[in-house]
Amino acid sequence: MVASNFKAAGLTIFVAFTLTIMPLPDWAIEFRPDWVTLVVIYWAMAMPARTGVTLAWLAGLMLDVSHGAILGQNALGLVLVIYIVHIQHQRLRVASLLQQAIVIFFLLLLKQLIVLWVSGIVGHAPHTWLFFMPCVTGAILWPWIYIIVRDIHRKCGYSAPY
Amino acid sequence: MNLPQVADAMQTLFLRGPSVTLRMIILVILSIILMTADHRWQHLDTVRNTLSYLLFPVEYVVDLPIRLYYWGQQNMSSHQTLLRENRDLKDLQLQSRVQLQKLDILEKENERLRQLLSATPKTPEDHLIAEIVSVDVDPYRHFIVLNKGAKDRVYKGQPIIDAHGVMGQIVYVNALTSTAMLISDVSHAIPVQIDRTGLRSVAFGAGQTDYLDLRHIPHNADIRVGDKLISSGLGERFPRNYPVATITNIDRDTGETFIDVRALPMAQLDTSREVLLVWTENHQQILTGMEQIEEASDQGTAETADDDTAQQESTETVDGRE
Repeated sequence: MVASNFKAAGLTIFVAFTLTIMPLPDWAIEFRPDWVTLVVIYWAMAMPARTGVTLAWLAGLMLDVSHGAILGQNALGLVLVIYIVHIQHQRLRVASLLQQAIVIFFLLLLKQLIVLWVSGIVGHAPHTWLFFMPCVTGAILWPWIYIIVRDIHRKCGYSAPY
Repeated sequence: MNLPQVADAMQTLFLRGPSVTLRMIILVILSIILMTADHRWQHLDTVRNTLSYLLFPVEYVVDLPIRLYYWGQQNMSSHQTLLRENRDLKDLQLQSRVQLQKLDILEKENERLRQLLSATPKTPEDHLIAEIVSVDVDPYRHFIVLNKGAKDRVYKGQPIIDAHGVMGQIVYVNALTSTAMLISDVSHAIPVQIDRTGLRSVAFGAGQTDYLDLRHIPHNADIRVGDKLISSGLGERFPRNYPVATITNIDRDTGETFIDVRALPMAQLDTSREVLLVWTENHQQILTGMEQIEEASDQGTAETADDDTAQQESTETVDGRE
């Protein structure tokens, strides 16, 4: 059962990466939600004992490589976000989907701010408010992502009361 | 509640507190070390390379439908279309041949003149066609992923061009793919020269695919809208005399120290599907030359006035160490 849990986590993270680098039309590029962060947040909430900051760090490094960004930028953001999710996972689990979405918005905002801060130090920070658009789209899409990933999780043999 | 469930609950209750915080702190410090190392010394190519192996299947899956589409298009195209295309290409080849004849003669003449002037001969170049892998990277950077990597001798800093002009240069080389930065990226700059007057400048990327910035051009410079910019070869990264951009906009604000010049890149930065990797014959010499200079400065011999002696000394020290 543990193995199938990891299979589900691996599959969903793989799909998240696919969606992250999938080509989109020019007008939609800025609205692309941060799929990887959202999926990793789900797993940190659902299996806090088994998936945590280390997985988040590795996923963040992969994001850096796929973005051609400085190594550690997304990793730092993801580690901090997942740490907050981890210590608050019991509260987050019982919250309604709308409340969760609001929290997710601020978590995504924190991550974008860290990424912006690092890009500013390195010297190529984007000068547009659209940079924060993924937080909005991510929060709007959260309920669906949550339900879909939870269904995949359940299909792989998980039966939690929530 | 049976025993395993209690054990599970206890694990989630008691076994996370300090260890997660500790792990978080370690990973944050590790991230900061990685970022510093990557930004300051750029010695993390092996880490990046290893991680890119994990990413390769994702890139492959994303690119697959698009590749299938092109493949299908090629296979399904009718006899008529192929015939028409063939005829068009033959016409084009004839035209190109005629132009090449003239170019051939010009090149010979140029070579003779260079010999007369005892100038350095032009170096031959080698090309390889690479396809752009259809994946999106950071929307605020201008990066593309190519399907050629270290196994095809791609090297870091290698220039890439398309049918119309200079496109950019390679920034990360992985085993099977490589990432290139376009000339329009905010952190890119290419040394250029106006082919009409020979005026040298540097074209900076502005984060937009439709213009480059030319900075530090004085008010009295002879520069007009429509002037063609070619690569000047200074900086020894891009080959000389490739078209780069056309000047589209000159803003002469007398209050400013320099004029504001914008140029439209000739290369089709956002529509090309195939690009050309260029090997300039002297890139190996440049690389070894750079190593020698580094050696020399390590040994503190860089201050010696004569270049030749400095190089000799550095090679001697290398030999001596071995």
